[in-house]
Parts: sequence; structure tokens; C-alpha cells
Amino acid sequence: MKTSAAEKFSSPLWRDRALAATALAEMETLTARAAAKTGTTVNFMEVCGTHTMAIAASGMRRLFPKGLRMLSGPGCPVCVTSQGDIDRVLALAAVPGVIITTFGDMLKVKGSGGRDLQALREAGADVRVVYSPLDAVALAAAEPARQVVFIGVGFETTAPVIAGAVVRARKAGLKNFSSTAFFKLVPPALELLLSDPENRIHGFMLPGHVSAIIGLAPYRFVTEKYKVPCVVTGFEPLDILAGINMLLKQLAAGRPVVEDEYFRAVRAEGNPAAQKLMAEVFTVSAASWRAIGTLKATGLSFSKAYSSFDAIKRFRIPYSDAPEPRGCLCGKILLGKALPPDCPLFGKRCTPSSAVGPCMVSSEGACAAWFKYGG
Amino acid sequence: MCLAVPGKITSVKSNNAEVDFNGVKRAVSLDLVPEARKNDYVLVHAGFAIQVLSPEEAQETLRLFAEIYGKEHQDAASGPLSHLKP
Repeated sequence: MKTSAAEKFSSPLWRDRALAATALAEMETLTARAAAKTGTTVNFMEVCGTHTMAIAASGMRRLFPKGLRMLSGPGCPVCVTSQGDIDRVLALAAVPGVIITTFGDMLKVKGSGGRDLQALREAGADVRVVYSPLDAVALAAAEPARQVVFIGVGFETTAPVIAGAVVRARKAGLKNFSSTAFFKLVPPALELLLSDPENRIHGFMLPGHVSAIIGLAPYRFVTEKYKVPCVVTGFEPLDILAGINMLLKQLAAGRPVVEDEYFRAVRAEGNPAAQKLMAEVFTVSAASWRAIGTLKATGLSFSKAYSSFDAIKRFRIPYSDAPEPRGCLCGKILLGKALPPDCPLFGKRCTPSSAVGPCMVSSEGACAAWFKYGG
Repeated sequence: MCLAVPGKITSVKSNNAEVDFNGVKRAVSLDLVPEARKNDYVLVHAGFAIQVLSPEEAQETLRLFAEIYGKEHQDAASGPLSHLKP
């Protein structure tokens, strides 16, 4: 039988209501069993912002058992970018003659001066939203007299893509293309959460597309050292329900392992070609996280061989620590210590049309998801 | 931002592919999946294919869901998963 991509990978079966109802019924039973072990509400964290959005958009949160809570984690790239790095993005946009190219999510993140890229664009800065960093490379080739800067933020899914664009720019001999490398790494972020004495996370729904790149081995410490269950999960509603049930089963059985629910896309070894390219262009380095600070070996920056593509070096943009917006709970929300409605600004002074913090700005921020779809 | 979308490769020229996303075609780089070939399904993030998808394993996942969660459908010939049965 001939089947299309639609039938295999985006078939309505991935969202089948009857199957979801059975999965939710099983979740009730499993939650009771797991809660008997933990003695409290079961707290799982979806690390990835794309999961946050998928959970919110499906409306499944209100169908979860009472004893189960899904916390949003530090996996929204715009949300975890420090205020100091946001200020550096805005400083780049203010360099005369520079064309800033960016994913759309960055446009409305406010700097500590209260301005964002959109405001700078309205004031005359050349800021363009692109779909791919390759569009920025093509623009650099078409505009040899202008400097084109790509705003590189993200995790291990996005870093190799930008590495690929940088390598193409070098092959094309482009001297007018550069990028920021405000990349964060997921495994050190998990370690950060787990080493907190106040940690109350009983299991991680691991990001599907980061894992498609890095594979399963980098997560082993979570189950071996911290004994916390892990399931790499896909993004369809049934994937998410199955992922949660797999976590509950591990918790109830007291046997934490790294499981792969998303095996149609995630292999144990990840994507070796992407890992190689990422290691060639970038090197593990300190990264500055919103509300957490600068931490050693938690991010990526340009390797020596590719340092000439570093926009921050090319335009000599200094870093200075900047405070978070006053009253904003984004930092606590990213660490799973608060939910969006816990924030006094949520839905009042802070809404998607007039956002105070990045968790409301980014389309996949926890606050934006709660605001749009309800808790 | 880690959103990635599945599509099918319709043609390949050096490391550049044309990928069909349910009728919408776009140029996609194969730099990160040099092993990908015409007719393969790939997961695409920001203009790059980041992984080759396995249709067999997608089918296997759906079969597992049906097996674990679809008890009431297994007797109904018209159930939403009936066509998955051998």
C-alpha cells in the first residue's frame, strides 16, 4: 500500500482520541502507584519548549491526574538567554551598516533598557527575520558591502544547523557573515537542576530533537548518579501521553533508565555527522543563563578555527551583567520552582502583546503557553 | 525553537535536497545527514535535515500504541486502527 509522509508521520492516529482516553486512564492508575513511592505529588519536567507548547496546545494538561504535575524546564532558548546577552544582541543591531538576521522569537525580547529588536527596527536598524541561517548566508553573498550577523541562540538542535551555515559561509569565502554563539547544552542544564538541594523533579521528559542530535549516552548520569527516570519523547499527543506513562512506570518500579519513546527519529548514537560539525565549529564553554548566572561548561562558543565568524569578537561587544525585569518570575519558572500563574505579573502587567519577561515573549515560553491555552 | 518538521526528499543535487512537506516544497541542506537519499523521510529544522526518519519505526510506534491503548478497537473492524492489522 502506498502511503504518504502525512499518513506515516502526521497521521490523525498520533492524536487518536480513543487511544488517548485509554492512555489517560492508565495514567491515573500509574500515578497512584508512583505517588505511593514518592509520598507527594509526582513532578515531571518537560525540558523542551516545544513539548511545553505541544502539551498546552493539546489541552491535555487539565486531563492529567491530580497527583501529577508537569513542570516546564529550561528548554526555551530565548527564555534562558541572559539579560546581558540580550543587551549584546541589541548592541549589535545598533552597529551602523549591520544587517541583523534572526529567528522571529528574538524580536520582542526586551533589553535592560526596555527596548527590543522590533523597536530598534522601527527606529531604523536593519533587522530581518529568516527561516534558516542559510538565508542569512545567502543575504551576505548578495550584499557584499554589508555585514550580515545571524543571532545564534539555542540548544544542540540548532547549534549544528548554525555550524553548517558557518562552514558554508567559509567555503564561499564570505568575509561579511558572522553569528553569535549563545548556545546552551541540555545535559549540564539537567545536572544543574538535579544538584540543587531543593530539587523535587521525579522524572524528565527529554527533548526529542536535541536527542536526535546527541543520542542517549549524555543522559546516563541522570539515571545512574541521580536515579531519576528519563524518557526521550516525541511531540504528538500520544507520544507525550506514552512518555509520561513510561516515566510513571519507571518511578513505580524504582528502576530509572534512559528510555526512547521517539525511536522513529532518535537513535542511541544520535547524529554523528551533526556532532562532528558542531565540534569542529564550536567548543564547550561557559554560558550565561537567565536568572542563574554564568556557568562553566554549560554552553558552546566558537572554536579557535572559526573564531573569525564570532560576531561578538568582530564588533567588540562587551558583556555586562544586567538585572532581570523587576517582579518577573521567569527564572524560577525555568527551574521548575514556580508555575506561570504563581507570578504576580502573569496575565496582568505581562501578556503576549505587552510582555515583561522572555517566558511570555517566546512563543514556546511557559508563560506564553499558559496564557494562550490555559493551565 | 527546536521545532522540526518531517518531509520527503524528492530530489538531491550534491548536498542540497528538495523536500516535500505535504505538498509544500522547500530547499533543504543535507550537510548534517549526508547519508540521506531521494525518497527518504527527513526531520527538518531551520533549513537543515537533522535526522533520517524511519517509516517502519513510525508504523511500529503506532502499532504499539494500538496494542497498549487500543483494546476496545481491536474487535471493531471499523475502528480507527483496524487498517494497521496485518
